[in-house]
Amino acid sequence: MTEVAKHLTKNEILAELEKIKEDVSPRVYQDLVEAVQDVKLTKDQLKKIISEVKRRYEYAQVEPGEAVGVVAAQSMGEPSTQMTMRTFHYAGVAELNVTLGLPRIIELVDARRTPSTPTMTIYLDEDHATDRDKAKEIAKQIETVVVGDVVDKSEIDLVDSRVTLVLDKYELQRRELSAEDIVAKLNQSKIKVKDDWDSERISLVSSTSSIKDLRRLANKAKDVYLRGIKGIERVVMRREGEEYVIYTEGSNLKDVLKIPGVDITRTKTNDIVEIESVLGIEAARNAIINETLDTLDEQGLRVDVRHLMLIADMMTVDGTVKAIGRHGVSGEKASVLARAAFEITVDHLLRAGIKGEVEDLSGIVENVIVGRPVMLGTGMVELVMKRSKEEA
Amino acid sequence: MRIIPKKIEGVKFGLLSPEVIRKISEAKIVTADTYDEDGYPIEGGLMDPRLGVVDPGLKCKTCGGRVGDCPGHFGRIELARPVIHVGYAKQINKILRAICRKCGRLLLPEERIKEYRREIRRAAKVGKSGDNIIEHLFKEARTAKVCPHCEKEQLDIRFEKPTSFVENKNRLSPTDVRERLERIKDEDAEVMGFDLSVARPEWMVLTVLPVPPVTVRPSITLESGERSEDDLTHKLVDILRINQRLVENVEAGAPQLIIEDLWELLQYHITTYFNNEVAGVPPARHRSGRPLKTLAQRLKGKEGRFRSNLSGKRVNFSARTVISPDPNIGINEVGVPEVIAKELTVPVRVTPGNIEHLKEVVRRGPDNYPGANYIERVDGGRVRLGKVKNIEDVLEKVEVGGKVHRHLRDGDVVMFNRQPSLHRMSIMAHEVRVMPYKTFRLNLCVCPPYNADFDGDEMNLHAIQGEEARAEARVLMRVQEQILSPRFGGPIIGGIHDHISGAYLLTRKETKFTPEEAAQILYNAGITEELPEPKDENGEKYYTGKQLFSLLLPKDLNLSYKAKICKKCEVCTEEECEDDAYVVIRNGEIITGVMDEKSFGAFAGELLDRIVKDYGTDEAQRFLDRVTKLAISAISKVGFSTGVDDEDLPREGIERIEEILNKAEQDVEKLIQTYEDGILEPLPGRTLEETLEMRIMQTLSEARDKTGSIANEYLEKVSEEKGKENGARIMAVSGARGSLLNLTQMAACVGQQAVRGERIARGYTKRTLPHFKWGDRGARAKGFVKSSYKKGLDPLEYFFHSMGGREGLVDTAVRTSQSGYMQRRLINALQDLKVEYDGTVRDTKGVIIEFKHGEDGADPSKTDWGEVVNVKKIVSSVTGTGSRGSKNGG
Repeated sequence: MTEVAKHLTKNEILAELEKIKEDVSPRVYQDLVEAVQDVKLTKDQLKKIISEVKRRYEYAQVEPGEAVGVVAAQSMGEPSTQMTMRTFHYAGVAELNVTLGLPRIIELVDARRTPSTPTMTIYLDEDHATDRDKAKEIAKQIETVVVGDVVDKSEIDLVDSRVTLVLDKYELQRRELSAEDIVAKLNQSKIKVKDDWDSERISLVSSTSSIKDLRRLANKAKDVYLRGIKGIERVVMRREGEEYVIYTEGSNLKDVLKIPGVDITRTKTNDIVEIESVLGIEAARNAIINETLDTLDEQGLRVDVRHLMLIADMMTVDGTVKAIGRHGVSGEKASVLARAAFEITVDHLLRAGIKGEVEDLSGIVENVIVGRPVMLGTGMVELVMKRSKEEA
Repeated sequence: MRIIPKKIEGVKFGLLSPEVIRKISEAKIVTADTYDEDGYPIEGGLMDPRLGVVDPGLKCKTCGGRVGDCPGHFGRIELARPVIHVGYAKQINKILRAICRKCGRLLLPEERIKEYRREIRRAAKVGKSGDNIIEHLFKEARTAKVCPHCEKEQLDIRFEKPTSFVENKNRLSPTDVRERLERIKDEDAEVMGFDLSVARPEWMVLTVLPVPPVTVRPSITLESGERSEDDLTHKLVDILRINQRLVENVEAGAPQLIIEDLWELLQYHITTYFNNEVAGVPPARHRSGRPLKTLAQRLKGKEGRFRSNLSGKRVNFSARTVISPDPNIGINEVGVPEVIAKELTVPVRVTPGNIEHLKEVVRRGPDNYPGANYIERVDGGRVRLGKVKNIEDVLEKVEVGGKVHRHLRDGDVVMFNRQPSLHRMSIMAHEVRVMPYKTFRLNLCVCPPYNADFDGDEMNLHAIQGEEARAEARVLMRVQEQILSPRFGGPIIGGIHDHISGAYLLTRKETKFTPEEAAQILYNAGITEELPEPKDENGEKYYTGKQLFSLLLPKDLNLSYKAKICKKCEVCTEEECEDDAYVVIRNGEIITGVMDEKSFGAFAGELLDRIVKDYGTDEAQRFLDRVTKLAISAISKVGFSTGVDDEDLPREGIERIEEILNKAEQDVEKLIQTYEDGILEPLPGRTLEETLEMRIMQTLSEARDKTGSIANEYLEKVSEEKGKENGARIMAVSGARGSLLNLTQMAACVGQQAVRGERIARGYTKRTLPHFKWGDRGARAKGFVKSSYKKGLDPLEYFFHSMGGREGLVDTAVRTSQSGYMQRRLINALQDLKVEYDGTVRDTKGVIIEFKHGEDGADPSKTDWGEVVNVKKIVSSVTGTGSRGSKNGG
């Protein structure tokens, strides 16, 4: 033993680790490989490490019967009582409002069709990310611009029955648009433009002279779409480290991903339902996890991801995003009593009557209702002690 | 008597057919009267003795049972005319529109019906409900203009809420409706979703009304001797009256108009009998004007049968009283007042080993504390003690095999709970300590999981009645088993307030004690470990606080982390930290660093975390008990106080703060000026006003932060002077209570008051208060509070401050209900999930939700702050490079 033990080479270590790859989670394996990489180890030490890792890993496994659902629900519900209500908080980008805190969590759990403040974070690919001008070019393509955005005011002339749009020079310049572009677009949407337009004023012709029609014309002209992606009302560009990132108000994942220069692997939106329709259910599940985790983190509340995963999994098991509540998960339960005990009691009972539904009393509430142990944890075990003959 | 246990296999729902209603009925109810003059129930009346008994002393005419034995029996009312069941009106509407008005067939060609049937079967096979398919079928059948079976032309049917159907302006009477439903063929009814073994469509139109047993609607006798009937009885009386009149009128051949009016009235009464909250129907009222609680109301909502009697049940052997703190009991103990201990009992089986003792207990009876309240004889009979005349007779009945319900005693395991029970740590098992006075006593370390304080909080206690339950509570629910929260895998139980500041004062660099002092501190804390060698300085022997604290640490503990007082310098000097903020523990000895919130505080304690995870829960409980006692003992020895003078700043500091605030106000004025001159650059995508507001808010919050750091600077200076310790700062820095922001607000400047995240803007036209000019956008006019709490707020500032404060209060009130409902929904959606033996997470149907819980199958409460295995820690402990890098570091 006095002999100095020989250190293993890196390859020997990795070969040794390879053997337990299947026994532990990929994450642990990765950690192990990283931690062991540059450390000098003897064979005994490595053995010790491996056995200790395995022991810990096995110890940390959930026990059968564990009521993981209730624990997950509590782990998300309890901290939410401590959250602040401030709906609008400035997250990351000072220029954009994003719903956060409890309202956001409720929104996620409800699986709303559209979030109250849809936003996207658009990353750019290598060619565009670090170049300010190229990034700006993409931002320009994304932001929706309508005529109204570059019009300072509209004047209605009842005598000549014409509507004059006074252009906002500053806005035009900022958006790199000219009067020509606008006239062209107006013509495209069948609004007649008088020939005397210049770079500041554009006059529109109306067939009738009633003030109502003129106003309608003015509004119609202002709504004419100039460029950009539908649904994205505003963009803000920000430099993050080396690269430029575009934040948006409004979301349209499908169309944004089509724009060349956008990094489709990192670009994201906070609209879960949109993610589901564009990228599929697994992406939606991950989005639910990430969004809830981010919202909780922002409030300084620590919740283990595993709980959020379970909630997200429950919401997405059958291939569509379902809400937690009577219109989703709870409303689709098999048990009549469980549904009746939650909400809309009478309707569920009446419907069960004509359908001749059978309650097999397997869930939690059902067993509580009939007054017997629930099938979770220690209640899952059905063991009877064997009595000796004399006793019986 | 041996009770044969029966297990409910399942419950099948269905409709009652008229035949079944008649079959189960024991009496036909014909008169609306209930009792005769002598107070006896009338035969054929609503309280017919054949329907069961509610009055003590009477016997049921059907089963002969007395009150309690007789479950009650149904009766019936034969309706003169059929009546629609409100709950099914919608369903009837759907069906009427989907069937032929002549032949009663479904308005779909034979092949389509077959297809639908196949689809429904297929859905049933994979365990899906066919609801959507049936919905689709109704939609398709509705569009048919001509019956595909008999070629009869179909008319448009309109549903007039709540219970009428109109076919091309002709109202369909319930009789017509029923006839049509009767014509539906069985095969068609099946594809419409009917389970023919329990329901036929025409049963949704009532011809006989079941009368519930009297036990369901007991009448109560008031003190005056007057009888008061249940709401349901009232409603049934109404129905009977109208029904009788209808019968008479029909028999007398009254004009159609009168009959229809009565019919309508009967429909109304039966509608409200089922549900008194139907839209479009005026609710039936009691004489006093209170709406009646009829069948649907009994079941529905939070106070309904389901949520308040079936999902939640009342229990015996429970107690509730005010709580108060007791640092001298262990964290897994609870102080129970003697009065409560005498009321709550534990059943103990009599054995040869304990019979003598139990006899003694029984002899003491219910009034002398360690006594008993009643005994259960071997034959199952119960004897209540206390009222017995001859105690010796009772003592004879204490035999082996019987049970004695003895008073609660020290060491009994009970469950302790504080509402709202938001997580599983809201109900924990404690050991009883019977104490004088009338409050529950609990250790301060368990306040965080219960979220309890002592401003009048009350808690509940449940005495466990069975051995199995006791064993489970002891193994799974004990306080020490709950130290680690499953929410994030760290400790949720730990030191608070004085525990933290006490440990901080004890373990600071400059804290030294003479051997005498050290002995006193340890003695007061009940620590009897052998003292180490004292340090020596110029011949004077002394102990450092760190040495004393180290006595409680396991001898093989190695750990290092950053303390709460860490200032988060850019480069960490680790052991050489000037503030003693880098904790290094080697072989159970604190080398450097102070003990504060990060060491054993609730939600944060790294040291505690390590002890629970490496040394087990019992060791952690012992550690917590001792560490808190030591901290209290130390803080008592050193002395600690705080007061307004902790917020005193020297004149120089006050002047500097004043200067900064004045400067900020000027900066705001300048910003407003640039805005008014039109030269303010707007932020991208913001209007000028928004930009101005944001810039002003930023300026003012920076100013407040600056004053804060100045105040802190002077407070720190004061702290460094010996004998002039600043209690408030110590608490904030060590994490015991309060934050630096609180100190800033007290000593320097309260800062901007906000409503809805903006500066205060409401009030008068263009101004917040008449003290300002129109359109004033200055700092003061929009709720910036320049004063500190210590200096005091001027009236205007006070007003704005109340506005901000009120918003906070409203916010909390709104939030609690919202998050409470969210949690109810979450629990309801997830409660059936459990881990199976194969490691998958499944629901009751056996559908796999997750293949492995959380993708790695780990239990979050057994993880290291979310990490399954802390590989780094293991590697460094094996290679002996010290156990640095304990984890995320927070």
